[in-house]
Amino acid sequence: MAKITAGVATSHVPAVGAALDNGRTHEPYWQPVFAGFEYSKQWIKDEKPDVILLVFNDHATAFSLDIVPTFAIGTAASYQPADEGWGPRPVPVVEGHPELAAHIAQSVIQEDFDLTIVGKMDVDHGLTVPLSLMFGQPEKWPVKVIPIAVNVVLYPVPSGRRCFALGQALRRAVESFDENLNVQIWGTGGMSHQLQGPRAGLINREWDNAWLDRLIEDPVELTKMSPVEYVREAGSEGIELVMWLIMRGALDPNVNVLHRFYHVPVSNTALGHVILENAE
Amino acid sequence: MSLDKPYRDVPGTTIFDADQARIGYHVNQFCMSLMKAENRARFKADERAYLAEWPMADEQRDAVLARDYNRLISLGGNVYFLAKIFSTDGKSFQYAAASMTGMTQEAYAAMMLAGGRSPEGNRYVGEKK
Repeated sequence: MAKITAGVATSHVPAVGAALDNGRTHEPYWQPVFAGFEYSKQWIKDEKPDVILLVFNDHATAFSLDIVPTFAIGTAASYQPADEGWGPRPVPVVEGHPELAAHIAQSVIQEDFDLTIVGKMDVDHGLTVPLSLMFGQPEKWPVKVIPIAVNVVLYPVPSGRRCFALGQALRRAVESFDENLNVQIWGTGGMSHQLQGPRAGLINREWDNAWLDRLIEDPVELTKMSPVEYVREAGSEGIELVMWLIMRGALDPNVNVLHRFYHVPVSNTALGHVILENAE
Repeated sequence: MSLDKPYRDVPGTTIFDADQARIGYHVNQFCMSLMKAENRARFKADERAYLAEWPMADEQRDAVLARDYNRLISLGGNVYFLAKIFSTDGKSFQYAAASMTGMTQEAYAAMMLAGGRSPEGNRYVGEKK
């Protein structure tokens, strides 16, 4: 059967993609950022996952204000990197896994999670920057990806509790798929950042690190945090962190921390990154 | 019964909720149109003419022309949609964010390098710094 073997979380700052695509990773500003992923790149080379459930948010790219799904799952065979206003990133086409995606949709919708099924969408930096951070710049991504898009742009956004429960349901769905597949789940976005208004530039290092501790050790309590606390403490775009709770919900209550990295600043953002594996 | 909006007392912050999205629908959809290269070219060639094709309020059009992102957000814009405008201009998120704080881009970048804006004194409207 298919199995979720590990969880990865990382910020998906667009400037990271721009630094990679424009060959600026050696610059002093960027060196420490990419150094934080050296372990991760070797680790994933050894792990060789078959499929990644990649939880991300669309940044007004595939979803305009015409349709804003709270949770959506991609069931396509492939996804084109999106033109977000400066031309598409020069990264490979993202290959999907339609059979597993359809299986997951059927499974979790029957468990009362109303996922929107998406047969075609372009994917923006929210999905491609994490792939770049973990795999570098290959000619072809060495893995299939099932995009799971979460609305964290238009309020109200789903609660941490709802996200965590979705993660649990995703795990059950994966484990009921007959084919033997090594599946990882990734949560992306965050950590503290605010991109708008006079309070732009907010960073809360202490809060971010306490939040990470709780994500690892006591995620169920963490799911009780209200959306307004994310906004107040971690900035208006810090709410993206609820997506990490989907990843965490799909793992065991007890996890081993294989890697943990935190760096300020990346453009306007605090970058966080963890790799967790099941401990039970 | 009015809806609970506990996020209204966060200083310097406008939460893009369903009410804001209603006000800003056409502004944001105009922004989305800039994801196509041919539309970006048309917009750059004649901004006023391009904006006239969208059923926006005049104050929304004026704010686009002025690249006044705080004003656009107060009129229903959202930063991820507005990003299509500053990307069309060849500007970064850091440029746009700095412009909304009233700081120069240099001063803003220096603040970020020093660890960012502190949450101290920035959690509640009227809080003492």
